[in-house]
Amino acid sequence: MKLLIKNGRVIDPKNGIDQQLDIFVNNGLIKKIGENINLENVDRVIDASGKIVCPGFIDIHVHLRDPGYQYKEEIASGSRAAAAGGFTTICCMPNTKPVIDNASVAAYVRQMAAKTAVVNVWPIGAITKNQGGEEITEMADLIAAGCIAVSDDGKPVEKAELMRNALEYARMFHLPVLSHCEDRSLAADGQMHEGYFSTIYGFKGIPTAAEEVMVSRDIILAGLTGGHVHICHISSKGTVDLIRKAKAQGINVTCEVTPHHLTLTDEAVGSYDTNTKVNPPLRSAEHIKALLEGIKDGTIDCIATDHAPHELESKDCEYNYASFGISGLETAIPLIMSLVGKHFDLNKMVSLFTTGPASVMGLNKGSLEIGGAADITIIDPKKSKTVDPGSFYSKGKNTPYAGRKLKGWPYMTIVNGKVKAEDGRIIEE
Amino acid sequence: MELREKHVLMDEMAMKRALIRITHEIIEKNKGVENVVIIGIRRRGGPLAYRIAELIESIEGFKVPVGILDITLYRDDLTTLASQPQVHRTEVNFNINNKIIILVDDVLYTGRTVRAALDALIDIGRPKCIQLAVLIDRGHRELPIKADFVGKNVPTSKMENVSVSVKEFDDKDLVVIQDIIDS
Amino acid sequence: MKLAQHKDLLGLRDMSREEIQLILDTAIPMKDIIKRDIKKVPTLRGKAMITVFYEPSTRTRTSFEIAGKYLSADTVNLPVALSSVQKGESLRDTMKTIEVMGFDVMVIRHSMSGAPHYVARNTNMRVINAGDGANEHPTQALLDFFTIREKKGTLEGLTVTIVGDILHSRVARSNIYGLSKFGCEIRLVGPPTLMAPEIEKLGVKVYYDLEKAIEGADVINVLRIQKERQHVGLFPSLDEYANLYMIKNDKLKKAKEDVLILHPGPMNRGVEISSEIADSTQALINEQVTNGVAVRMAALFLMMGGTRDEIAY
Repeated sequence: MKLLIKNGRVIDPKNGIDQQLDIFVNNGLIKKIGENINLENVDRVIDASGKIVCPGFIDIHVHLRDPGYQYKEEIASGSRAAAAGGFTTICCMPNTKPVIDNASVAAYVRQMAAKTAVVNVWPIGAITKNQGGEEITEMADLIAAGCIAVSDDGKPVEKAELMRNALEYARMFHLPVLSHCEDRSLAADGQMHEGYFSTIYGFKGIPTAAEEVMVSRDIILAGLTGGHVHICHISSKGTVDLIRKAKAQGINVTCEVTPHHLTLTDEAVGSYDTNTKVNPPLRSAEHIKALLEGIKDGTIDCIATDHAPHELESKDCEYNYASFGISGLETAIPLIMSLVGKHFDLNKMVSLFTTGPASVMGLNKGSLEIGGAADITIIDPKKSKTVDPGSFYSKGKNTPYAGRKLKGWPYMTIVNGKVKAEDGRIIEE
Repeated sequence: MELREKHVLMDEMAMKRALIRITHEIIEKNKGVENVVIIGIRRRGGPLAYRIAELIESIEGFKVPVGILDITLYRDDLTTLASQPQVHRTEVNFNINNKIIILVDDVLYTGRTVRAALDALIDIGRPKCIQLAVLIDRGHRELPIKADFVGKNVPTSKMENVSVSVKEFDDKDLVVIQDIIDS
Repeated sequence: MKLAQHKDLLGLRDMSREEIQLILDTAIPMKDIIKRDIKKVPTLRGKAMITVFYEPSTRTRTSFEIAGKYLSADTVNLPVALSSVQKGESLRDTMKTIEVMGFDVMVIRHSMSGAPHYVARNTNMRVINAGDGANEHPTQALLDFFTIREKKGTLEGLTVTIVGDILHSRVARSNIYGLSKFGCEIRLVGPPTLMAPEIEKLGVKVYYDLEKAIEGADVINVLRIQKERQHVGLFPSLDEYANLYMIKNDKLKKAKEDVLILHPGPMNRGVEISSEIADSTQALINEQVTNGVAVRMAALFLMMGGTRDEIAY
């Protein structure tokens, strides 16, 4: 299969490229990047004029729900959602049933992905057995089975000593420890951000302190152990400040932010739409401002969707009974595109989806390299479309953005040299 | 819907004369007014009731009790009305048991208002009898109801409207007939 | 001015001052009916109303039921504790079942904020919120306003102090939303652990000292203290709460002489209110209950007493 991508604006932050170039792909690999490449006998010439051609986008925080919760999502459907949303690589969280806490479950994910996925799928193993917070997992075994990080996402590691041990142990493998920071006692029964709107809507709030208390602890433990702690889905000004300070001190800490924490405030909960229920909760405008500052000054390393698909019944109920989570893969690019030009430029945006996540996970991806795998995301910055959950590839239709018109959608997703999605639709082989 | 005035049915003097005649008829029919109470149907039946009571007092030297009846909660057309009528108080601060009630309204038309008023009265007591006094009877009854005392009988068409103004609410005493123009 | 334009009665936050006034005005003739020998008018004949209470309540539920009956509606209570809800039926299925039986209005009480809004969105029935979580309890606030207005002649410009567990109180929220539309000075008093975050943004004044909060007050609305709150550590003991916040004679010295005391009931005597005050003439607790029926009759009438089509004549 020979592809020639012509006349696109190629943005490759790692290699400092931002200009109109052509890319030639053959046999799954990038063969040539240059001006005015003209070749005979290519299988397809892709006219990318007016489009943005980037290294394949990476989402390091996805819940594929497989095994165990296939009624919410499967590796097949989740990977299609990723491709349709412009991602070529995703990392899936271990809070499945059974939990990805041993080599055989990790191997299942790898095999299932090889069989049914349309993008690269990397499993993340659990920090503790059965995410129970008591004993650390066999990390060497997990790595051997394909895991590239560990996390107890969804459940915070409550015991400080255990977190210390995990960081210390993972350090010898250079394995990032992804931390879901939440003090359960402070967050108990909370439904939304604690503040003016929780008062107005009559909900128990989740204070930002619930996150910040544990972020502080994990930073201190990373400092103590030299391990790499990556803070998942940060949501507050306090967290940004803590991480900024820790980075300045040379502590090995990285972090991610989700598209929804950058684009929706807690006011959205007012409709009692359960699709606004997410953990950490949507915060107030001042926190969004701080998160955007964090992106600008490099405190925040990457964007990750925390794609959390749910079946209808989990959301079609009373707000308190509803599950936390937003189905995010298929809206991430247009949501972040809506911030481009206002808060950061296109180069920054691309790096947040490519070099940023790749370096957090130690993945040899996120750039366009001659001879490297042809994972390419092409964005149409001019395309406007209304979010329609009914057309999602994800089984999770739970998005608070339904009906919202957004601009700047993925145009093409190329994985290992094959066009997997075009204009939001999957190309099945 | 638009209304266009056609002609005057009663001016101030004519209205006064009609009420005086009705008052005399009430006194005559009931052989005095000892057991009589006057109850006007809100809204324009109210002032008419008070005027009749004043006339009775000037003729008989006797003050009869006057009350106001709000029939909104007894209407049979609430669910078909586009705009909701406001409910007001019924102000009948005396016992109506065994009384002769003179029920007063401005215009008698379909009879449905009177039907509602009769139900409302029965719910607050058991009068000896109820007699109906109206300023204008314009016909077109939909229920078997007849007035005992009528100021003026006016044959009308359903495409006409009878509009009563009273000084208490409208700064003038006047009854006019109007054409209803469907726009 | 038609309340019937809104399908549902979910809260006072989005209700206009004129709509609140209309309900209060309509409740006046309704109260007359309650005092008659024949306590029934035929207004809502042929309408069916169901009360569905997912939280225990005696007075609110009974009040709605009798209000419906006085207006001749057919009223039914769904005993949630005995129903298929206990077998795990979802709110959506319960609601659909009720709807297809032909009910016109559903009165719902739920421990979770927004549950009535969820029902309202998913049904053609009219929905009345009889209290949802810590969100709103509109008819309670309306009956409070009716009671105050009856005694003071107006709501305009009064100073109203709300005492107690503001954080968890839907009564407080509905009162704040409504009273602020009438230019009242609203003061809240209670320990900081029972104060709702950033509530000052609603234009209220927050106090921790009871005597300062009731200085010059026209009305004191005393909230019920839920004993369970003590167990989660929001205050140390009922005794200490009573010492600091119980409404009793010697605390009232700085309030206006004719200060009115309201309580949504049921009362914890000796905790948030002393018996001497509860039984005094200033306390309008029984009056509130009567007015509750009148206000709910008004709400039911205004919601169901007239809707469709053109003017008949």
